[in-house]
Amino acid sequence: MDLDFSVSENAFRQECRAWLEANAPRERLPSGDTREGFALHLEWERALFDAGWAAVSWPKQYGGREATLIEWLIFEEEYYRVGAPSRVTQNGIFLLAPTLFEFGTDEQKERILRPMARGDVTWGQAWSEPNAGSDLASLKSTARRVDGGWRLSGQKTWSTRAAFCDMAYGLFRSDPDQARHRGLTYFMFPLHAEGVTVRGVDRLDGDEGFAEIFLEDVFVPDTDVIGQVHQGWKVAMATTSSERGLSLRSPGRFMAIATRLIDLYHRYRDRSDPVLRDQVVQAWMDAQAYRWFTFQTVTRMREGGSIGPDSSMNKVFWSEMDVRTHETALALIGQALELDEGSPSAVDGGDWMKGFQFALAGPIYAGTNEIQRNIIAERVLGLPRK
Amino acid sequence: MRFAFTDDQKMLRDTVREVLQRECAPDVVRAAWEGRLQGVRSVWDTLAETGVIGMMASEEAGGMGMAELDLVLPLEEAGYAALPGPLVDTAAVGIPILEAAGTDEQKERWLGPALSGEARIVVSFEDQHIVPHVASADLLIAERAGVGFCVPIAEASVNLEQSVDRARELGRITFEAGAKFRMREDVDPRAQFGIGRERAALGAAAQLLGLSRRMLDMAVQYAKDREQFGKPIGAQQAVKHRLANALIEQEFARPLVYRAGWAMTTSAADAEVAVSLAKIYAGEAAKFVAKEALQVHGAIGYTIECDLHMWMKRAWALAAAHGDAAYHRERVGRHIL
Repeated sequence: MDLDFSVSENAFRQECRAWLEANAPRERLPSGDTREGFALHLEWERALFDAGWAAVSWPKQYGGREATLIEWLIFEEEYYRVGAPSRVTQNGIFLLAPTLFEFGTDEQKERILRPMARGDVTWGQAWSEPNAGSDLASLKSTARRVDGGWRLSGQKTWSTRAAFCDMAYGLFRSDPDQARHRGLTYFMFPLHAEGVTVRGVDRLDGDEGFAEIFLEDVFVPDTDVIGQVHQGWKVAMATTSSERGLSLRSPGRFMAIATRLIDLYHRYRDRSDPVLRDQVVQAWMDAQAYRWFTFQTVTRMREGGSIGPDSSMNKVFWSEMDVRTHETALALIGQALELDEGSPSAVDGGDWMKGFQFALAGPIYAGTNEIQRNIIAERVLGLPRK
Repeated sequence: MRFAFTDDQKMLRDTVREVLQRECAPDVVRAAWEGRLQGVRSVWDTLAETGVIGMMASEEAGGMGMAELDLVLPLEEAGYAALPGPLVDTAAVGIPILEAAGTDEQKERWLGPALSGEARIVVSFEDQHIVPHVASADLLIAERAGVGFCVPIAEASVNLEQSVDRARELGRITFEAGAKFRMREDVDPRAQFGIGRERAALGAAAQLLGLSRRMLDMAVQYAKDREQFGKPIGAQQAVKHRLANALIEQEFARPLVYRAGWAMTTSAADAEVAVSLAKIYAGEAAKFVAKEALQVHGAIGYTIECDLHMWMKRAWALAAAHGDAAYHRERVGRHIL
């Protein structure tokens, strides 16, 4: 066990810190889940990519720096410490890219990864359907074989930022004679092509962060199938495991929120009681717990293990911690909590109410926490499925 | 950054695990509850033979010269077995204080027997007069007004108290704090006992992890075996989610306990905070797992006949010992706010 950072890890941290402090936007950008904010975020993503920071753990040939997982965690700590903008390329970089690294062809990786990381081509996920949420395998969208490719039809929903994105990825039933997990294929498809209609949906916080996607005989070439035809479930599960695991929400994000919460506590402590003080301490400790749990997981992964069902414990922990932390912040602010981002008098620009509403989505997206608990009970504890 | 134990550390854990599996079955714990201590004595002797009792003593003194980090895995196993007796008190706190602050005469008289398993040490910190395991111990190491005392139990006065966990053999202890028992004062006794307190808290946290793991194992097994409505109760989502929550609490406490062991071993600047985090999370997790395990067992869990209660009561006692959550949260708060 060596829980100090090595000389080279510390040097990496200094390098991240120096670049981020010099280059991260001074002003808060408008929400990346609005059309205007999305465009401004992409400018920042481009600057990140051009300096080699967009996807530090990727191979150099795709614009990364071949950083270790520990270094990636260090980068994330520094990124959120300086308050850099949330990543609107996330659904590509952290969800699709790991799948491409595992199942993609060389041609796909060559064509897709760099423009994805630079924000030149933006990606949304298209998993859920109106009647296939937690029960994803019951999805109804279809893929019909045609010359040189496939024709996709159906409806996808809850696609994050798809209203502004160029491309999406998801599962379609390619073999109508098969049921449930069998006969599905993993496709990448264009959002501006003929036959595609995208309709933005306003989320709880009012941003157009969601979209519905309607597909009518949309052509997709064979080169946009990931993995083998009819084997999409297996391919998709690799992605969902990284989504709910550490790549989606690294500890740095929550450590930065805990630090901001302590700052808020100092400004509002006059009205705070011992219960709130305890809750602030608890929020800081929870971020620490998540950090050490993650270093333990990453060590195991670096030594040949896989994240496996740990990712489900991870997801339940961070999503519920995030809600509690924001509830504590709102309790400190008191009555003024209702002043949101549109109010000139809002505390911290309304960030806490905004963050609270976003946090409430955590236990729902990336597989609801009920599904995660089933996974933990069945695959870790070995309880019977039925 | 590498968060994993060495092969040697895991081997020591496996040795202790095997010894306890073989010699400290639940009926040994149950016998200790009833004051029959032969079983516990015999496990203690085996642990001494493996070197675990003396692991923190220096090699010159016949120990293994090990540190806090080496202790956490064996102590987790002790928790898993609900091993009765003053293992933390003797191995993690008593022996190191005796070696660091004992007079030549005190060391001559007690260090060898402690390492060989003949003498069991209990510790009384400044503000602590009710001492666990005092009823069957041989030596008391106590801190009074910043001075250390090394008192044979035979020369102290012990009034028995009763713990909810009968295997803790509590007693209120008084002794003549005179020159006869005094330990060395030129070695900063306050600092020695200060480290002892941290080790005691860490040791409790490590045991609490093991207690959690055992209670969860019992509950999971019960949920697989017990059938109602024609299927195992563990197939019900309501039961699954309780047990999943218990596992999450336990597994997020684990790295904090290990990290505290490392922080103490390396004298990290934030070692006290690390110990507090370990104690809070391991204690809260064990209490939570206890509650969920009881609920999953249903009425049988609410009996003395079922083994669960011995683990549960140990968890309640240790979660409050050496600083409860409120104490340690206050300490963390002073550091970060």
